[in-house]
Amino acid sequence: MKSKIALAFENCKKENRSALITYTVAGDNTKNNSFKILNKISKHADILELGFPHNTPIADGGQIQGSSHRALKNGIKLKDVFQIVKKFKKTNSSKPLILMGYYNLIYQSGENNFIKNCKLSGVDGLIIVDLPYPENKNFANKCKKKGINFVQLLSPTTSRERMKKIIKDSHDMIYYISMLSTTGGKLKVSPKKILENYNKIKRINPKKNLVIGFGITDKTISSLKSANGLVVGSLLCKTITNSLKMRQNPVTKLDKVVYNLKRKIT
Amino acid sequence: MSLGIKRNIPLIDQHDKNFMYGGKFGGNFIPETLKKPIDDLTILFAKLRKEKKFLYQRDHYFKNYIGAPTPFIKLENLTDHLGGAQIYAKVVSEANGGAHKIYNATVHCLIAKKAGKKYIIGDTGAGYAGKMLSMAAKEFGLKCKIFMGAKDIKRQRPNVEAIKKNGAEIVPVTTGSQTLVDAVSECMRYWVSNCDTTHMCVGSTVGPNIFIKICAWSTAQISRELMQQVKEEFGKIPNKLKLINCVGGGSSAAGFWNEFMNTHAEFIGVEAGGPKNSKLHAAPLTNGSKIGILHGAAQYVIQNKEGQIGSTESISAGLDYPGISPLHCFLKDAKRAKYTSASDEDALKAYQLVSKLENISPSLEPSHAFAEAIRIAPKLKSSEVIIVNSCGDSLKDKDIIKQKLGSYIR
Repeated sequence: MKSKIALAFENCKKENRSALITYTVAGDNTKNNSFKILNKISKHADILELGFPHNTPIADGGQIQGSSHRALKNGIKLKDVFQIVKKFKKTNSSKPLILMGYYNLIYQSGENNFIKNCKLSGVDGLIIVDLPYPENKNFANKCKKKGINFVQLLSPTTSRERMKKIIKDSHDMIYYISMLSTTGGKLKVSPKKILENYNKIKRINPKKNLVIGFGITDKTISSLKSANGLVVGSLLCKTITNSLKMRQNPVTKLDKVVYNLKRKIT
Repeated sequence: MSLGIKRNIPLIDQHDKNFMYGGKFGGNFIPETLKKPIDDLTILFAKLRKEKKFLYQRDHYFKNYIGAPTPFIKLENLTDHLGGAQIYAKVVSEANGGAHKIYNATVHCLIAKKAGKKYIIGDTGAGYAGKMLSMAAKEFGLKCKIFMGAKDIKRQRPNVEAIKKNGAEIVPVTTGSQTLVDAVSECMRYWVSNCDTTHMCVGSTVGPNIFIKICAWSTAQISRELMQQVKEEFGKIPNKLKLINCVGGGSSAAGFWNEFMNTHAEFIGVEAGGPKNSKLHAAPLTNGSKIGILHGAAQYVIQNKEGQIGSTESISAGLDYPGISPLHCFLKDAKRAKYTSASDEDALKAYQLVSKLENISPSLEPSHAFAEAIRIAPKLKSSEVIIVNSCGDSLKDKDIIKQKLGSYIR
């Protein structure tokens, strides 16, 4: 049986467009709001990434750090994250949802236990920022056996030989980091150059769904729309920060921003 | 499972193919972007440490720039005062710059030059790692940025001024607890974005495996000198010998013990126990913290049940870190070293006593080690020998000491 992630990419290909992938942090700015946000933006987004926050992130920029900090200050725990997913999946069972975070939380809860909770709540995939290939092989296989996608990451520093191996062992989605940066950095490489790299990777195995992330905003998204998928995260976290500052409702604000992003790639 | 230390293999090389010590500690839990820079550095360092020319260069700088060997002295007055074991100090604070951090900083600059990098970055807690890196960077003509927690910038003013004087830029870190743990995170994040032009120096034996290796390989100079000095003083390694060292990240202890690994010398590591009446501390080994991942490596780390890294508290900025080197986790589990802690108050008292009685004045970090020496020496026979690594000078702690004790002596 095809995974929901694979189906989402198929649908987008049929419509001849790039998949829109959003990233928000569970518990930002409250548990209930982060659920409402998922519900709203899922009307426009094709795949949802949901961050489970960690207080010592080594690859996140200021915006996502801010969102994680807000969520942790609210006392968000893994069990809340799974509850949010479960509640969301009740009414959106076909919408793919990917959890993203750092390995220590999985390590502490136990790999098998974590996967079990993913399964029970309806998580479709995982992105673990600090568990690179080949160290992630074991865990990735465990995920695959339970029908959960383990999303491998590639970066501009990844050698071609290494890419081949990673792609060979990848599941239904691969994530290409557009540039040397933490999340939310200013796009310091031209979209043309990013797409050049993207196409080189695609040629290794054209069948694999390859998405681009890091530094993508409403300003840059349309220039990259030939990719299979595009991830927007920091812009959304920033939107929440700003709407809180302006005493606006982050849920409706985010709905507008994601709608606008979708419009730019279709 | 009991972990064994293999003889005849250097401590830093006792890892498996996944870079794990004893199958549980260390490794490389890093973002994909850092995989290649770390692989490159690993290959380069493996090559350099075998090269005669590189070793010659290292020894040249250790001797002429750092000032090897640092003195090894008997603390006659302290020994008489306590009336037990003979107490000695390896006065590493006599090294250029005033602490052991200069070894790691110098080696990193040498490597950065070999790698053709023009920029070097580093983290700092007490400010020593930053001060030394800025000093060495100046010596080697590298542009330098130091990441330092905003709280530490306030409490370690003398070192902050030294860093600026050396022409390095200080990047204040205002996230989280605003101490060393956040400085290391921020420095790594900066490296993720700039790894193509910039070399990163991790200030202690923590982080991804290669940084643990380079650091412990560098500080090993301390025990190479000490081994010779001990043999000159006693004619052999004394039958009952205790080597006492403070541990925060664990770089000075790793270097202080390295050459004695296959001898009968006892190792005692002293962590920061924090204020006496506080639940907070920076002593993951003493207090039985669980294994977790911090800054790219598996180690015993202060954390909550979920895996969020915990807050620490210590009067000594250099020990104020929730994790501990995977090397020390390994030494603890293999029962090769013992670990205990000293409170802020004990460290202050030890600083005071040593500074009053002797010609040396340890900073608050080694004062933790002196506190343990002072505690156990009276219970030991006069035939027993204790050596304390006095790896920092109290001058940088002048403000804190004045505030806590009312006056500062040196």
